Amino acid sequence: MSARAQRLLELADDELILGWRDSEWTGIAPSLEEDVAFSSIAQNEIGHARALYELAARDLGTTADELAFDRPPDEYRAAPLVQQRRLDWAYTIARHWLYESADEIRLAGLKDSDDAEVAGLAAKMDREEIYHRLHAQMWADRLRGDPRFEQALEELWPSAVAVIEPDLRPRLATDIGLPLPSANLAVGERGETSDEFRELWEEMTIVRRSLPGATW
Amino acid sequence: MTVDDVWSALAEIPDPEIPTISLVDLGVIRGVVVDGAAIRIEFTPTFLGCPALEVMRDAIAEKVRALGAEPDVRVVLDDSWSTDRITPEGREKLRASGFAPPAPRAAQPLRLVELQRGGFRCPYCGAGDTKLENLFGPTPCRSVRYCNVCRQPFEQFKTI
Repeated sequence: MSARAQRLLELADDELILGWRDSEWTGIAPSLEEDVAFSSIAQNEIGHARALYELAARDLGTTADELAFDRPPDEYRAAPLVQQRRLDWAYTIARHWLYESADEIRLAGLKDSDDAEVAGLAAKMDREEIYHRLHAQMWADRLRGDPRFEQALEELWPSAVAVIEPDLRPRLATDIGLPLPSANLAVGERGETSDEFRELWEEMTIVRRSLPGATW
Repeated sequence: MTVDDVWSALAEIPDPEIPTISLVDLGVIRGVVVDGAAIRIEFTPTFLGCPALEVMRDAIAEKVRALGAEPDVRVVLDDSWSTDRITPEGREKLRASGFAPPAPRAAQPLRLVELQRGGFRCPYCGAGDTKLENLFGPTPCRSVRYCNVCRQPFEQFKTI
């Protein structure tokens, strides 16, 4: 697999899995406004995943649906941060803020890419992502200093760092205001598949697995 | 058949969700090329997660077939569309349908305080005394605001 396809798949898997996680709030968020917000964010993220899979699928001679739903769980490259199921508001907001902050840095790099297709798509995604960042920042400002939120940030921080490449991590540390995890602390690097992810995969792929090869 | 004929035909395709505005008004048709019996149309979605994407693409293809030509609809996923591409006619149609049209893009990045303060006009009574209720709304392209004057919630197109 080319480095380009690999990179597109990592990004697509992050957005698809986070989209699924965000959608777990549909109907049960703490307020109606947040119910709408997380559902809408989920729709955007899954839309981004689709566009990224389509680009990768062309390189790999397959289709976006096959990449999204027909791979075995071990082949997904989603960052451990987005794999976690978190039905707790403090953790959800911490993850949201950390992910969007990391994603901003990652997208800024892709927008400057020499690859015109990747740069164009990243710029289009970024136009939408700005609303996710405003939403995440609004909540982070509100919850900063709350012990539960601070605990969630501390716990999720090592896996947030792993969302982006090592050379981009110092900037994330500056933006968030936390020190980079020391070298001897395990960082939840990409490529590890959690049990929570396997459960999600079972649910996410069940319809396609029930009728392999069907046209929808 | 001329390029203008194709544009006129495309101007008859309604947006699947807000049928008072057409795809041409929305600015999502990026280019039309007539090449003998084949017509190539470049089309770019508004938001990537928009579920109306396939419906729009199929509607364009159907319209071209009705003109007696073979459609080649290409979906362009780049940065060429922003809400600034909605035409003045399109903006007025949105407003008349109860959707506040998007504010023009600013040179500097969007900030929450600018969205929270008033100045976004209510599409019903025209008052500027409105407040942000939710950055997100019923579809990816809209936020929800509330008019303090006519006490009406309304949908505000996001600027992207």
